[in-house]
Amino acid sequence: MQTTAVNGANYLTYQGKYKGLLGWIFSTDHKRIGLLYLYSIATMFTTGVLLGLAMKFELLAPGKTIMEAQTYNSVFTVHGVIMIFMVVVPGLPAVFGNLMLPIMIGARDVAFPKLNLLSWWLYVSGVFLVLAALLFGKGSPDTGWTFYAPYSFKTGTNMLPAIFGAFVLGFSSILTGLNFLVTIHRLRCKGMKWMKLPLFVWTLYGTAWIQLLATPVVGITLVLVALERVFGVGIFDPALGGDPILYQHLFWIYSHPAVYIMILPAMGAISEIIPTFSQKHIFGYKAIIASTMAIAFVGYLVWGHHMFTAGMSGTAQYYFSLLTFIVAIPSAIKVFNWISTLYKGSINIQTPFYWAVSFIFVFMIGGLSGLVLGALATDVHVHDTAFVVAHFHYIVFGGTGFAFFAAMHYWFPKIFGRMYDKAWANTGWLVFFVGFLALYTPMFYLGMMGMPRRYYDYLEEFHGGNILSTFGSWVLATGFIIIVVNLVRSARKGAPAEANPWHGRTLEWTVPSPPPVLNFDKEPVIGENDGPYNYE
Amino acid sequence: MSGEKHHIVPYRLYFVVLIALLALTFASVWITSIELRDYTVAAALLFAIVKSYLVLNYFMHLKYDKPYIKIMVGFVFAIFLVMIVITFLDYLYR
Amino acid sequence: MEHAHHVEHPDMYDAESSKVGMWLFIFTELLLFGALFVIYAVYRYMNPDAFHLAGEELNRVIGTVNTVILLISSMTIAMATTALQKGHRNVAIGLVSITFVIGLAFLVNKYFEWGVKFSHGIWPGSEHMISEMSHGEILFFGLYFVMTGLHALHIIIGMAIMVFAVRGLARGKVHADRPSLLDNCGLYWHLVDLIWIFLFPLFYLIH
Repeated sequence: MQTTAVNGANYLTYQGKYKGLLGWIFSTDHKRIGLLYLYSIATMFTTGVLLGLAMKFELLAPGKTIMEAQTYNSVFTVHGVIMIFMVVVPGLPAVFGNLMLPIMIGARDVAFPKLNLLSWWLYVSGVFLVLAALLFGKGSPDTGWTFYAPYSFKTGTNMLPAIFGAFVLGFSSILTGLNFLVTIHRLRCKGMKWMKLPLFVWTLYGTAWIQLLATPVVGITLVLVALERVFGVGIFDPALGGDPILYQHLFWIYSHPAVYIMILPAMGAISEIIPTFSQKHIFGYKAIIASTMAIAFVGYLVWGHHMFTAGMSGTAQYYFSLLTFIVAIPSAIKVFNWISTLYKGSINIQTPFYWAVSFIFVFMIGGLSGLVLGALATDVHVHDTAFVVAHFHYIVFGGTGFAFFAAMHYWFPKIFGRMYDKAWANTGWLVFFVGFLALYTPMFYLGMMGMPRRYYDYLEEFHGGNILSTFGSWVLATGFIIIVVNLVRSARKGAPAEANPWHGRTLEWTVPSPPPVLNFDKEPVIGENDGPYNYE
Repeated sequence: MSGEKHHIVPYRLYFVVLIALLALTFASVWITSIELRDYTVAAALLFAIVKSYLVLNYFMHLKYDKPYIKIMVGFVFAIFLVMIVITFLDYLYR
Repeated sequence: MEHAHHVEHPDMYDAESSKVGMWLFIFTELLLFGALFVIYAVYRYMNPDAFHLAGEELNRVIGTVNTVILLISSMTIAMATTALQKGHRNVAIGLVSITFVIGLAFLVNKYFEWGVKFSHGIWPGSEHMISEMSHGEILFFGLYFVMTGLHALHIIIGMAIMVFAVRGLARGKVHADRPSLLDNCGLYWHLVDLIWIFLFPLFYLIH
């Protein structure tokens, strides 16, 4: 199975046109770009985590603990902007999609390598623009990551760079999606039929469509907010006849599908890991594909459930509530498929497996709590409370975040050619998982009891739950440090990894670790009876 | 991969399409200048849809493209329509 | 780094990939304008009379002239792709250049049209608009400036791509076997045309 690398050089060590760091930041190699994304996203994630810890510390006790209300407003805004636009939206597609997608379909690179590099440059530019909003001008943005009109063009804080940054990040996301779509359509190797694609590729395909069709809507909406701020064009300003709820419609037309941009590739990664560690064909391959495309499509049509209390018409509320319940079905189908794959499999318990199983656990809690919010009556009660915060952290952090770590531990030996310390990796997972549960579970309770979100202060009766939650944030941070230290150390000093340490069946495991520059010595051919999950 | 030969569209066809487009443009100017009240917009949009159909099919070569590209284009227009309809579920019943 | 080899990356050129990629990009543009059309539809539904009234202010003749010349330019650039496929490089260069000039004419018209509005005190956030116009009219003109402005920006981008296409043609980098740059330039220009086909009736023809 194993092929020899081109002249012995792999993608980490070869030298192209430029030397040193330039050889990385100007490289059009999809694997190098994937790593660039990994490092930049890891940096932004750490920043976001620090801001999150600061918020949790503020909420340790009622009243002012370490920061003023205005600072708190800025911190949750920036935490949201960083985590959404810079971490979870690009997250799995930009890192593991770039690293693995071309190899998984037997291609030498993505369809437009230069465009791929441009995507990363745009990402970095967007990051710097948003950071500029923090450090310069009249204070960092305080609108929340949603930039709701009319406050977003009335507030005196530094909105323009933040909005422009979000726009640029969106453009980066569009180009990545475009690139992946063309790659999947055009560059599959011989015999790699649509029904032989690994599921991670399928989820990237669905995701790419959402990136492509939803992002422009928020792009133009943000441009309009900027135009309102600068020129006073009346579009969303109620003082000039505009309708702020229309802003919310347009914002959520992107931002709800964006949730599926975050979660679909996560589901894809889990769909790779579960069969590999069960050494069994994935249960319901076609059902997973169908549910992926159904989520991508129906997820486009449910945005209004973020606006139940905003003043929409009753008809629209019924419609959005109904579709929200419908979109839960394909997600549940996937969970059943994963569980059925485990059944009677020869399960090999390793770190990625722990992450994958805990993903299913937290994702189910996150998904079911979503139904509480999708139902019109209960939503009125818990809307804008800590319950919502708990729900979407269970989905976005517990879902996408856990899947990201699962994928990281799954593909790590392939990416770096070295194996991490498994005992430390497992310890890190356990501490992180416990911290996660302690951090967010109390917030469900607090929200039910009526604690609103986005306040730096709360009533005395919420104190107990908040102490537990803050304590959980420290445990989670400890787990995060263990994981990162272990991975960073192992990437440099770990034992050399084999080409296929987990006995996976997808194409990336047939090439050496780390992969050679052009991925394959000669183009692979998929036979009639081969498949991504054909285990003995 | 450059072996696939493209369909070469003759100049004359483009010219014919242009004449049709211009005729439709003047027709839409004419029809909106007579008082149709609520149907004015509908009439204008109908002409615009026919025109865009011609542009997509002939100028943008969609007629000669593979089916999957046609499906994609149709899908995008459908998504856009659905987006409008759903938004109006709010505004029509407020 | 004992084996530091100079590695050339493969040429990934594939005409169909380029075409599909361009179409996907066009989809994003369609939805970008699509969102603006949604806003237009909602506000028009909320303020039918004001939109009617404000629409009267726009100059039908300039709108129609611009529509005609944009359609002609769409034909010329479409013909350029045919010329290239037939191997007539100079004809292709000539046709793209004509398209460029027509694009310029469109912008000049737009400049005068906007200029007249400005001289009447109508621009986003102007004193005249805020004090004398109804909410619906402010929304109409806000959308008018944003949508036609964004469209004009796309005209400029389209013309910039034409410059690259002509350069590629002149240097022989764009030829009958590698026509993607010109084809995509054409597709983009048709997109600009396509959007105008809808902008024109919605702003100029709703009396």
